Amino acid sequence: MTPAGDPAARPAPAVGDVVVDKRFPPLTRATLALYAGASGDHNPMHIDTDFARAAGFPDVFAQGMLAMAYLGQALTDAVPLAALIGFSTRFAAITQLGDALECRGELVEIAPESDGRRVARIALTARDGAGELKLGGEALVDATLWEAVRGKA
Amino acid sequence: MPSAADIGRTFAPVTAVVEAGRYDFFLKVTGEGNPIFRSDEAARAAGFRGRPVPPTYLFCLELMDTPNPFGFLDELGIDIAHLLHAEQRFDYRSPPCIGDAVTFRTRVADVFEKKGGALTFAILDTEASAAGLGTLASLRKTLVVRRPEATA
Repeated sequence: MTPAGDPAARPAPAVGDVVVDKRFPPLTRATLALYAGASGDHNPMHIDTDFARAAGFPDVFAQGMLAMAYLGQALTDAVPLAALIGFSTRFAAITQLGDALECRGELVEIAPESDGRRVARIALTARDGAGELKLGGEALVDATLWEAVRGKA
Repeated sequence: MPSAADIGRTFAPVTAVVEAGRYDFFLKVTGEGNPIFRSDEAARAAGFRGRPVPPTYLFCLELMDTPNPFGFLDELGIDIAHLLHAEQRFDYRSPPCIGDAVTFRTRVADVFEKKGGALTFAILDTEASAAGLGTLASLRKTLVVRRPEATA
């Protein structure tokens, strides 16, 4: 079975290419509750409306790490996990119930490192359907290994 | 509320096992379909010892096998109702796989205020390691705490 995001099935990436592009379903209360259980993060802010209101929010909202899990999934659809060196995000805005995150990543640089490896930098975003930035960040990828995996296909 | 006096503070290490059942539940909840996470065969073909954890799963694992996963918040005097996650970073060496026991050691790297003290930022650095495998990854979480009286 070839996954939709099989990295080897795509042509070699170049700086400026959008290499990560995946849309996720609208977030529901059920998803937040199930993610709380699956992630070990039982913070009531994301599963208990009474708690969220008492803390000054209109309702529960998504765990930042759920949004980052989606962004990570979009990333590893495009890039072999073994080549992933770094992954970072800043949580720019709260991801709300109903938001359908669109995760994108643009290859912005391939730079040589002192150890001889070449490292690709991918600028990442996760936006809601209206285009509001929820997460911004970047991934660092061992470009030499990425290309080697591609070459085996 | 954390303060500069907390910089350098460390917390009791926690160890968690990558268990297949809860790992599969995470895949299901996040709609993860990538064969390297779903199939032992695909994972081995990609060069892993077994199915490796997805890129954010280390964050989750740290919370899983400890009786009080948010004990570090209590130790820092942070009320979870006033807490937001500002940034998260992972630096990877090699991912743990199903069956591995991963130990997390966390220290406070920095604490500072913004907006006249209305917001306090705490940066926590965590090293994830496993016996026989050495360091697997480093995690950096940046937390922001709203001062209660600043809450509308």
